[in-house]
Amino acid sequence: MAIKNLPVEECMIPGSAACPGCPATMALRIVFKALGKNTVMVVPACCTAVIESLYPNTSFDVPVMNIAFEAAAAGASGVEAALRQQGKGDTTVVAWAGDGGTYDIGIQALSGALERRTNFIYICYNNQIYSNTGIQRSGATPYGAWTTTTVGGKTEFRKEMGEIIQAHHIPYAAQACVSYPEDLYNKLKKAKDIKGPKYIEIMAPCPPGWRFGMEKTVDMGIMAVETGAWALYECENDVVTFNGKSKLILEEKIQRKSIEEWIKQQGRFSHLFKPKKDVKRIKTIEDHTDQIWERYRKKYL
Amino acid sequence: MKKYDVVTTISYPKKGAMGKTGSWRVFRPILDKTKCVKCLRCWIYCPEGTVIRNKDDTVDIDYEYCKGCGICANVCKVKAITMEREAMKK
Repeated sequence: MAIKNLPVEECMIPGSAACPGCPATMALRIVFKALGKNTVMVVPACCTAVIESLYPNTSFDVPVMNIAFEAAAAGASGVEAALRQQGKGDTTVVAWAGDGGTYDIGIQALSGALERRTNFIYICYNNQIYSNTGIQRSGATPYGAWTTTTVGGKTEFRKEMGEIIQAHHIPYAAQACVSYPEDLYNKLKKAKDIKGPKYIEIMAPCPPGWRFGMEKTVDMGIMAVETGAWALYECENDVVTFNGKSKLILEEKIQRKSIEEWIKQQGRFSHLFKPKKDVKRIKTIEDHTDQIWERYRKKYL
Repeated sequence: MKKYDVVTTISYPKKGAMGKTGSWRVFRPILDKTKCVKCLRCWIYCPEGTVIRNKDDTVDIDYEYCKGCGICANVCKVKAITMEREAMKK
């Protein structure tokens, strides 16, 4: 699907409360384009709860229900059941949560909904921090990254949520990135037509949270994929297919770029470069990425 | 717009729910239509949806709501969009 063929309709109305250069609204526009107006969204506490803007106005042209942090998937289950009872089974139910509401706080509700085979799409936009509350560490924050609660850099590696989701053996799970809108659109379209629980995770580089210039959101996403820090893949009935650049990296047709290129552009890693380059920690990040790709190759090639 | 009579609080969609967000802007995207190749990258990547796609795939910028992030200028392959500092209001 080329950019030209993407629908013109917008359900994201200009004048929202998002920061300039926000990846979440960028992703939301694609989501609305792919799923159309016949969609109900369930949004827990996350940046999007703010982006919707202030009562009595909203920037979203679809019905949205705001719900407690841990309850996105549970709320979506309820909405889906209610619509089914009213004979509105063709309405797409979307739970849209951040990485905090997915990796940490919302994981039990999500796991439950996937296990109950609720017919909905769960979308996690992953900016690797709790950015709404002021950049605290989450389960998705990578090793070495600065946040307000990991001042010297995080000492643990991030969770592999994709594999946790795959353990539920759901019909469709995918990882996408805001910098590849066509890929994201195709994945959403595919998810829309499948019955049962669907999970899509979108990499969303956050300018204020990652400390880079607001014009670089797209570049950061592309770099994340090209350096192998993020993988684009989809898992349909337990068959994993890698997409785009990630496929080439998996098949070793191209060498992944050095992670250093990606992290040195982000202020959240600046303590690894200033005043002295922290070779040891940068090597740890590189080695960890290599390990991840080795594991991918063993499992999916 | 249909208004619903329910007990809970409901917000209704409105353009500019947070006011005219164009006032946030420090740098203003200037589009050179002669350079534009209609690739629509600026349109799809604009986080705010303020790059308006016309019927013939040319684009216009909605300065009332554009927050001036500069993503459109950054993703433009032919450098048809440049960011210029907003003139100081006198």
